[in-house]
This record gives sequence, C-alpha cells and structure tokens, in this order.
Amino acid sequence: MDYAPNTDAQLQEMLRTIGAGSFEELISPVPAELHARELDVPPGLAEAQVVALGEALAGRNRALTEMVSFLGAGCYAHLIPTVVDALSARGEWLTPYTPYQAEASQGTLQAIYEFQTMVCELFQMDVANASLYDGASSVAEAALLALRATGRSRILLSEAVHPHAREVLATYLIGSPATMQEIPTVNGVTDLESLGKALRDDVACVVLQQPNVFGCLEPMGQAGELTHRVGGLFIASVYPVSLGLLQPPGAYGADIAVAEGRCLGSPPAYGGPGLGLFTATTALLRKVPGRLAGCTVDQAGRRAFTLTLQTREQHIRRERATSNICTNEGWLALRATIFLSLLGPRGMQELAQRNVEKARYARERLRELAWIAPAFDQPFFNEFTLRFDPAHPVETVNRRLAAAGFAGGFPLAGWYPTMPQGSLWCVTELISKPSIDRLIDVLKKI
Amino acid sequence: MQVPEELQYTKTHEWMRQDAGEAVVGITAHAQEELRDVVFVELPKVGKTVKQGEPAAVIESVKAAFDIYAPVSGTVSRVNEAVAKTPQLVNQDCYGAGWLFAVNPSAPAEVSSLLSAEAYAKQIQAETH
Amino acid sequence: MSDLLIFERSVPGRRGYWLPPSDVPAVSVGEVLPEDQLRAAQPPLPEVAEFDAVRHYTRLSQANFSVDTHFYPLGSCTMKYNPKLNERVAALPGFAWLHPLQPAAQAQGILQLLYELEQCLCAITGMAAFTLQPAAGAQGELTGLKMIAAYHRRKRRARSTILIPDSAHGTNPASAALSGFTVVQLASGPDGLIDLQELRRKLTKDVAALMLTNPNTLGLFERDIKTIAALLHEQGALVYMDGANMNALLGIARPGDMGVDLLQLNLHKTFSTPHGGGGPGAGPVGVTKALEDFLPVPRVRKVGARFRWETRGRATVGRVHGWYGNVGVLVRAYAYIRTLGREGLARTSRAAIINANYLKAKLQGTFPVPFDDHCMHEFVASLKSLRAHGVSAGDVAKRLLDYGCYAPTVYFPLIVEEALMIEPTETESKETLDAFAQALLAIAHEAQHNPELVRRAPQRMVVDRVDEVKAAREPNLRFSTGDAPKVPGTFGAGRTVAS
Repeated sequence: MDYAPNTDAQLQEMLRTIGAGSFEELISPVPAELHARELDVPPGLAEAQVVALGEALAGRNRALTEMVSFLGAGCYAHLIPTVVDALSARGEWLTPYTPYQAEASQGTLQAIYEFQTMVCELFQMDVANASLYDGASSVAEAALLALRATGRSRILLSEAVHPHAREVLATYLIGSPATMQEIPTVNGVTDLESLGKALRDDVACVVLQQPNVFGCLEPMGQAGELTHRVGGLFIASVYPVSLGLLQPPGAYGADIAVAEGRCLGSPPAYGGPGLGLFTATTALLRKVPGRLAGCTVDQAGRRAFTLTLQTREQHIRRERATSNICTNEGWLALRATIFLSLLGPRGMQELAQRNVEKARYARERLRELAWIAPAFDQPFFNEFTLRFDPAHPVETVNRRLAAAGFAGGFPLAGWYPTMPQGSLWCVTELISKPSIDRLIDVLKKI
Repeated sequence: MQVPEELQYTKTHEWMRQDAGEAVVGITAHAQEELRDVVFVELPKVGKTVKQGEPAAVIESVKAAFDIYAPVSGTVSRVNEAVAKTPQLVNQDCYGAGWLFAVNPSAPAEVSSLLSAEAYAKQIQAETH
Repeated sequence: MSDLLIFERSVPGRRGYWLPPSDVPAVSVGEVLPEDQLRAAQPPLPEVAEFDAVRHYTRLSQANFSVDTHFYPLGSCTMKYNPKLNERVAALPGFAWLHPLQPAAQAQGILQLLYELEQCLCAITGMAAFTLQPAAGAQGELTGLKMIAAYHRRKRRARSTILIPDSAHGTNPASAALSGFTVVQLASGPDGLIDLQELRRKLTKDVAALMLTNPNTLGLFERDIKTIAALLHEQGALVYMDGANMNALLGIARPGDMGVDLLQLNLHKTFSTPHGGGGPGAGPVGVTKALEDFLPVPRVRKVGARFRWETRGRATVGRVHGWYGNVGVLVRAYAYIRTLGREGLARTSRAAIINANYLKAKLQGTFPVPFDDHCMHEFVASLKSLRAHGVSAGDVAKRLLDYGCYAPTVYFPLIVEEALMIEPTETESKETLDAFAQALLAIAHEAQHNPELVRRAPQRMVVDRVDEVKAAREPNLRFSTGDAPKVPGTFGAGRTVAS
C-alpha cells in the first residue's frame, strides 16, 4: 500500500505533458550501474496488517499501564489530561511546517509565544525559547552558551547531574578545547567546599541539577553565589513538575535553567521524543540557541506573532550560527502549553504536593524493612535513594518485584560504582496507596 | 547616491573619517540601502584589537547578518551606544548619528590603501550595472 | 470573538483539571522541606476552565495552514501526507507507556522494532549500520561530523576542513563550524552540479570530508558522484551525504553504492512522520562498515532470538540523546516503511519525480528553471523576470497564501536569483498540481498588471504582512500581565484562513 494518489494512467498522461517517453528518461542522469535492485525490505501491508503487527510488537513490551513502576531517574510518568490528546491530535497542530511564513502560521506562533511565557512563569526566568530536542541536549547547549558568553573554557558539573546529560555534553565538546570537571557529592548533595576549590576565573559555568540524580535537593542559592563570585554562569537543570512547589531557578540566581519537559503532558515513550526547555536571563538573549517566537503587529496594526531574532540561526548565519538547530519539539511544546493551561497555578501546586505526599508515604513504608535504609539524609521531592543490605542484591529484588507486577527502583551501580547497593525510587501521583502497600507486602516476603 | 567627499572608503562599503587621531567608522548609504532595515548591531568591545580587512562588527537585518570590516588596524577606542539602542539610526543617518565605532590607528600607512570618494562612487556605479 | 492570548482569558479561581483526592496521609510541605527551597508563590500560570482551553486551542489551530488542509510545495522539506495509521501505532500503550530504564526483558517489542528499522534503513540506503539517536537532521549532521573527526583522529591525521557546495542547506556549514571544522565553499558549475575542476583545486590534504546533498538542492542528481567519491577517498577524506532529498532515491539508487561514507536521513521528510509545527523529527545516521565503531551508543544487538542494548563502544563518539532517540517518531517511521514495503517505497519516488517534472513542465515557460535537464523530486524556478515589475519571489510566496497554498521555499538555494524551490511530493494529486500551476501563472499575470496586489500580499490571512523588523528591534518574547491589550484581530468575522 502507498499514499501516492495518481493512478498509473494519470502518471502516463503526465509523462506526456513532460515530454518524456518513459520514467527512465527522467532519471537518466543516474548512472546505470547505480540503478538499485529490488529493495531488501518486506513487502507492503494493508492497514489491518500494520495494526496487527504494531499490536504484536507492543504486546511484547510491558507497559507502565500494566504494572506499577517506581522508575524515574530522569524520565517521569505523570498524568495526562484527556484534552491534551484530543486537541493535539488535530491535523492543524500535528501537520504544519515550521512557522517560517508567519501569516500562515499564527496558530503555531501564538501557541509558542504562550508556551514561552508559561515556561518563564514556571521557571521565573526572563526568556524561554521554543524548545530544544530534550533535557540532555539542553544542558549541553547551556554549557556551550556559557563558553561563548564568557570566552572561558572550563565547565564544572556536579557528579549528581544526570550521567546522560554529561555524556551528551562530552560528545558536543569533541574537537573543542573546553574541558569538563566533575564536582563530587557528600551525603548525596554537591560538596560546596570542593566546588569552591575548583572555582577559578577560567570557569565558564557551573551546572547543578535540582533535584539531583539521587533525588536530593541541592543548595542552589549558595552554589550560584560561589559561581558568580568568579564571574561564571550558573546553570540549573530542573524538574518541571517539582516547580509547582519548589523554588524556581530564577529565584536562586540561575543564569540559564534547562529541563526535560516531556513530563508536562506527554507519556514516557521509551525516552523520546523529549522536550528540551531552555530559559535564560535577558542579558543572554542574543546568545540563546533555538527558535524564538515574538509578538509584533501586522500592517493593519493587529497583534501578530512571528519567529524572530532568526539571524542567530543556521539558515542565515550558516557557519556563524549560535547553534545548528533547525527543528525543535513543537508538537510536544504545544501539548505542554495545553497541559499547563489546564492545570493552572493551583493544579501545578497540587500535583507537586501529591508527589511529595506519595513519595513520603512510600519511603516511610519502605523503611519498615530491616534490609532497606535511605542512602541520604536530605530533603527530596518525589525521588529518593535507598540502600539495600548486601544480602538483598538490588537486581535480585527487582526480578522478584517484576514477577509480582512491579518495576522497582533503578539500580544505581551502573552509573555510580561506589553505590553497588544503591536503588533510586520515584513515586508520582499515578501510584496508588494500595499499590504501595502491596509493594511492601511483596518485599516483606523476599 | 550620497558619497561624502571628505570621507575615505573600503571596497566592502565602510567609510572612515580621521578625527583628531581617531578613525571613526560606519557603513555607506549604498550599504544600508542593500541591507534594508537594520534590526541589531553587534559592536566590538572597547580595547579590542582590530586588523584592516577583518570583521570588527556585525549588522543584522531581519533576514541576514553582515560582517563589517575594519578599514584600518588598531584598538577600538569608542563605540556608538546609540546605535545599539536604536539600530535604525544606521538607516536614517549612516554618515552621522549612525556611526559604529572608532579606532586608534596602529599603522598610519594603511590609509593609502583606502578609496577616495570618487573611486568608491565609481565602484558602486560599476556594481549596480 | 477575538484572538486573545490564553492569559487574557484567565479568570482568577478557574481551573481546567482536578486530581482525584489523595489516598495517602497529608503532609505539611513546610515541615518536610526547608523554607528556602520552596516557591514563594504559586506559579503565575493562566486560570481557565477546561472548555475555555478547548475552545481557545481549537480556534487557534484554525489559524494554521497544515499539510492536512493545504498544499505545501516546500523544496527540500518533503511535506507529504502524514498517515494517521502511524499515529495509531505510536500511541499503543505498549510503546507510549514504556520507561527507558525498564530491563530488556520487558522491552523486547520496541527493541525488535528498532532493530528492524535499522535493518530497513540499511537496505534502503545501502549503508552498513545506523544510529537512531539523533533527534533531528541537524543533530544527525552534527553526529556525522563528530564521527568524521574521530575517524581522522584515530588515523592520526590533522584534517580541519570540510568542503561544502554553495548550494547547500544552512545546517551543513553551521554543523561543520560547530564541530570545529573550517568550511571551504565549492562554487557550483554552470550546470548546477559540483564542478570537478573546482573540487580538485580545493581538495587539499587538509580536507576531512565533502558534505553534499544528492540530488542537490536544485533537484539535480550528481551524475559524477562515483568520481567525486573516488577523488575524496584517494585523499583519505570522507563523503558525507545530507539525506534530506532521499525522497528522490527510494528504490532508484542507494547512497552506499555511490561511495557515500555517512549520511543522515530526515524521518519527518522522506518517511512521513509529522512536522508538528516544528518537531519532533528524527535524523538517523547511516555509515559504512569502516565507521561503524564510531556510532553513538547504546546500540540494539540481536543475540539469538532476543534483543538487548549494548552500551559499550570501543571508539564511539558517545551519546547525543538523553535516551535512545525520538522513539515515538521511530515507531511512526517503522509503521510507514512496513505499510509501503519494497514496492510502495519504489512507487513513492517514481511518483514524486513525475509530479515534480510535471509541475516544472507547466511552469518553466513563465518561470525559467535555470538548469535545463529533467529534475528529480524538486526543482528551482527563478522569478527574476518579475523584478522588472518590482515584485520579488518573497512577494509571490506571500500571494500564494491568498490562493490557499503554502509558499514554496524562497531565496534558497543562494545560487539562483529570486529562487522558488518547489517539491510537490508523491502524495499530491494531479488536480492539486494543476491548481497550483494555475495559481502561480495567475500571480505572474498579476505581477505584470497589478503588482501592488502582489506586493501587499497576503490579504486573506488572519493577519496581513507581519512587521518582522519591529519584532527584531523590540523583542517581545513573552506576555506580561502589565501589557496593554492590543488591537484584537478577529478570527471568523469575515476573515478566515483562505481555503
């Protein structure tokens, strides 16, 4: 099955208009020896067969809808209002092109403007762009911006910044003279003393995550102050749902604040597509990567929206662009916009509150087991690290939990070899009290 | 097209005026007309070293960004903050209020390689044919 | 009804969504979290009812053109129909509600899909292996360039230059520069193709790679591609192909057979995944065997009948995505490839090429196409002749909006004056193409007899021509409650998006 409507008879008629004897004439510049044999791809399928194939493959996965998952570690499953799916499925939202022709794209452009505004409000920052690929690349782009803005070459990142974000930055830095240095943690949070020692006037930026990878709340204000003292930029990688309650990055002096925003209205989807949120202070506006929608007027004085400050971008600056970004995550940004407008201030606060309560209940109940103890004595939002005693290897516990319909906390040993019995647990509003109680029952039998 | 007699010019459409040991730089009327509406000017930092013929500033229109080349080598002594605030000054008064930056020249001999008003006027005439 | 912002519809106390009551003990946040970690006030988001939001975002959508509603002959963008079937498959809970850290045993279905997708892309392009991680074509280019750099570093060669034709898309030089390379431009020959003399001249021992698009942005196939590749390889340099124009090659020629060493595909172009108003996309990168070691990790491996992630790579450039790439987009592309199958894919390029040549035949009498041969899936027309009436390609593009057609790409590639780049794709019917040709010819007529009409376009959109200069000079990138209400436009009252 294919989607080309013109019949063979029509294609023949069109060839006549073109003045070609055959299709082969049209592709005559392609050397004969390159002409492809039949593609080694299975034959096509009718719709019902594709649906069956999709369902069979999807059926070989264990969806979070079929089990109770305590996995977080940078990807969070939250509620999605029905309206988000219903509205974003409209062809007028799903299928337009990038809004370069402003007059034909006022819907998308106004939605981006609203999105930018809401992200600024949630983050308490001056400027937000129309989104980047994901949280990890947003961290990388933030560090690159700091290198450009300061002209310096050292990047300091806490070891409690998500390892994947640090890996992506390392990839982006291939070929660059800039260096990355890791700042250690003590008792689950970044060690300010080590940070202070590492800060010199060649530091372009300091990156901390809030809450950090262990779920602990970091001393962001103090870290920011230390950074500013040497003239570096302070970059915060944050968790959007937590901002319903937690202090936003603008309040603790972040120069750039980024996040993985997929949790605002879109499902985990095995990690992608993501929604990179990127915000900055006004001073950094002209160096911000990615698209920006601006408010202006049309010739009749009507309010109108357009992409602006495009001269930073690839299609104009070419080799002097601030970044090479061409695509953002427009459709997910739209979903996030609808999500935030439905929840509003009280809904976001309540959502965050619910996460705090569920996580605390789960953690308290988990402590009933003698072989489980919290790894750190730190404030946390909805995620926390536990340490199992050596008689209960984390992977073994998780296998038993999987058999009972649970996805247990993420084993941290792979990311942090000094924590072989570390296990990272996230509890969102999607997890019911009975599920938590059942979890404890299963664990008690291990 | 306006090509003031008392100024000197580059092939890349910058003008230069010698003013008490300083070289003041801007873009010509021809350039600003080609550029159309200037929306942003990125000026060099005071104290920066510039070299003749190398990019020293950037002027942006909506659709394009253009390098502005230093007519002479030296150190940037002043920049025109007004143009940073009101970029349209470059369109409105490119030889006056729309000046861009001034340089303390380091190689006075370089001036001889610049174009006179007459030579520059000939060049733009040739270009537009 | 006016086009208010959602913030302007906000009424204190309104809410659009409620959570169910909590089933766990209440917690006083102030007692478990330090005061200085808490927000001083609720985030100042809009307060609207569900129905306010539904009406707002539904009506707002109607101010958009979209592929579902309008023809988008955008060159190099391949704006083809986005099958709804793909949406259905991607939305299956088994794909949508999967956490990236679930053990492989719980994710065999998605791992199999990703593995098979990689196999299909290899078969279609003739490359040996793919990474599915890059989230967009531009990120794919960046990944490819990192691999090129790693390749030369391993061979202990200092290669710092990338050759790029002057007809290239802006992401090419941007990606090259961002990867630390110097860009050297290749002037195109008089036939619009890469000039072999020019290439030989600039092919020094410092060249790391040539970045080209084939067919190029003029829609012309680089017939000397094998010679070009041989020249580069002789110098120990690589050939990177921007796969944006893959819609011309399905079942016709494979880049791997042309001597291409790396390429990126744009799944949101050739492989029908929706553009979403600016994303998400996906830009998988394919390589020859010689470069496989450098691919980002993790990669999907098949061991017996099971699939798993392999996280180690001896010479990998590392990771470019937080997880495994835009999996939701990859699922859509997989569904598309399985729907089309080998015959459907071949028929797709055939129909795309015939559609483009048909349009070209109907237009080139009025708007010359500078390079005379048959084109592949797209062509570039020059509207230079309209300058005499004071009308530019940009004006014509805006006037096309009034005729209910999204404007083709203008002013690109840079080597054609007053360029209009047109790519109809295979999913457009002959009737649509005829209507488009008629519209363009009508506009050419207007340009001659009533140029002001064209210059003032568009007239029938929800807004008239937008003041981009003001937007750039006075950036207003977010709404502030202090903003005075603007003159409201009207959606509906006599001004609708042209159909």
